[in-house]
Amino acid sequence: MTSPTDRNNDGGVPLPVVPAGASGTAPAEYPPASPAGRGMFGNQGSGDVSGYGGLVRQRQPIEEAARPYGGYFDEVRDALEEAYPAFGDAIEKVVVDRGELTLHVRPERIAEVCQVMRDDMALRFELCSSVSGVDYLGADERRLHVVYQLTSMTYRRRVRLEAAVSVEAPHLPSVTAVYPTADWQEREAYDMFGIVFDGHPNLTRVLMPDDWEGHPQRKDYPLGGVPVEYKGAEIPPPDRRRSYQ
Amino acid sequence: MTTSNYATERETTEGRVFTVTGGDWDTIVSGTDPINDERIVVNMGPQHPSTHGVLRLILELEGETVREARSVVGYLHTGIEKNLEYRNWVQGSTFVTRMDYLAPIFNETAYALAVEKLLGITDDITERATTIRVLMMELNRISSHLVWLATTGMELGAISIMLYGFREREYILDIFETITGLRMNHAYVRPGGVAQDVPDEAIVKIREFLKMMPKKLKEYEDLLSGQPIWLERTKNVAVLDVTGCVALGVTGPVLRSAGLAWDLRKTMPYCGYETYEFDVPTHPDGDVWGRYQVRLAEIRESMKLVEQALDRLKPGPVMVADRKIAWPAQLAIGVDGMGNSLEHVAKIMGQSMESLIHHFKLVTEGFRVPPGQVYVGIESPRGELGVHAVSDGGTRPYRVHYREPSFVNLQALPAMAEGGLIADVIAGGASLDPVMGGCDR
Repeated sequence: MTSPTDRNNDGGVPLPVVPAGASGTAPAEYPPASPAGRGMFGNQGSGDVSGYGGLVRQRQPIEEAARPYGGYFDEVRDALEEAYPAFGDAIEKVVVDRGELTLHVRPERIAEVCQVMRDDMALRFELCSSVSGVDYLGADERRLHVVYQLTSMTYRRRVRLEAAVSVEAPHLPSVTAVYPTADWQEREAYDMFGIVFDGHPNLTRVLMPDDWEGHPQRKDYPLGGVPVEYKGAEIPPPDRRRSYQ
Repeated sequence: MTTSNYATERETTEGRVFTVTGGDWDTIVSGTDPINDERIVVNMGPQHPSTHGVLRLILELEGETVREARSVVGYLHTGIEKNLEYRNWVQGSTFVTRMDYLAPIFNETAYALAVEKLLGITDDITERATTIRVLMMELNRISSHLVWLATTGMELGAISIMLYGFREREYILDIFETITGLRMNHAYVRPGGVAQDVPDEAIVKIREFLKMMPKKLKEYEDLLSGQPIWLERTKNVAVLDVTGCVALGVTGPVLRSAGLAWDLRKTMPYCGYETYEFDVPTHPDGDVWGRYQVRLAEIRESMKLVEQALDRLKPGPVMVADRKIAWPAQLAIGVDGMGNSLEHVAKIMGQSMESLIHHFKLVTEGFRVPPGQVYVGIESPRGELGVHAVSDGGTRPYRVHYREPSFVNLQALPAMAEGGLIADVIAGGASLDPVMGGCDR
């Protein structure tokens, strides 16, 4: 068994290494090829003296939008504020970016907010288009975000709800009672990120095998793969190749 | 004198024969209901010719009636979304095209629209590129619906329609091959435009196809629409109304077959669909028959759109002008598919060092996309195909999630199948048109 440090070499030709996931134990045994956003070329300890390897990309904090937001966004916010008394407590932040409205919701309030978004006559977000996860490793204390794309078929509007939970307590209420379509999509978010949706009727893996260990879409879960020989040279798997970050 | 509970035994040449009769047997038999008392669990798939791909169904049956249905997916999971995070933004198109393999152009276009929105260059996409995208998408919609017709016909026992559907689809794949170099998995629509221009011979082929297709459609209808078995297998089968569709997130032809004219091309237009003339076909019944009718009508509408797109094709660039984003090479179709054109290779190798550097940087490093997230939804042949793309400011996608209509729509299968006959599970499942490559990604 090679340790993570053995896996690095002095640049140039990659050494043959035990591919991540090929050892028969849990697949998530190595830290990622590069912690997200660090370095320029995706490899570390390579003897790179250019200095680029030490670059740390600054992630811009998500800025709260100022009123007026423009378009229908103000109406949506006003309607929600009126229909939902706990608005101030539940909505952490309102972001308008690239013509899209994002409401950052306290995770424990998400099901309530969805209920109001669906039922209020001025909101009427009848369709939950998509539920998915994003792992903001290194950028957010509560790094696991659940993103809900709601669609109002009546008013032809879209809104995004975002709820952030930590890896230590990855719990938030399920919205399946409000939007039955969230069933499989929450299962996928559980499968891929390990986010636990309390109250979900059947929170099991949906895409990965039932006995899989780890949650593959997390950023600290390696891509895996085996090195391939090509014309005499050994090409490392994609997550261990030199690349621009 | 007491009567024996048992019939007499008798000797035969085969040995002694006992006849089991008696009053108690009658009571036992009449007390059970062979149809409703015995539930059996039947596993169907994942390798089953009628489950439309590697879909596994677990059915709890009472006789032939389905009491509970559960679908199991994931057999075709290939980790495309994870893989995207280890490739640059342009390389992403070669991955996403492989998701829903019957609608590759839609996967690519949705991805390209999302990346362009992140880059803020949505308005810079040239008119010709957008028109080509519409043209390709609508051709792709026809080919996808043809495969639906073919496979559904086969699953319900109409083998000839399968051959016809695949035959006509092959014609569209020929057109795609002329334009992109490949029958499937094109990677043709790229962030910034399309990979290369449409050659003139393809236009000729498309016109031929448009001339031929109405006759073929009539043939299908002559074969199926009046046929008693087809009617029996589709009418009032696997009904799902608008409420059920919206609650379960079902979009596309299935929702429209229930009567709601929800089509993102009309309701939330993209790629200039609001400037085209076409109708959104609906059907009041919400059954398999309705979905068949809606899809056939959609093929006709798509042909109208293809015709309009052809008329609009004016000469012009097919990539954004920004050389920091546009793929540097002029691509051309060679004997082995699409590749760098020889003129471009001659230029970067023989004449311009700067061009070579630029080419190298853009191909190996790629372009950077400002941090943020977007969601783009387009109308694929199966419903709303959504892309949620997140960028952290780097040259690679931070996270791309596909809202796949196949995945979401399949949740509706139990609602359609439970309480019906086992044979109608096949009809209902087929009418959802799930493509497992898209469902499992």
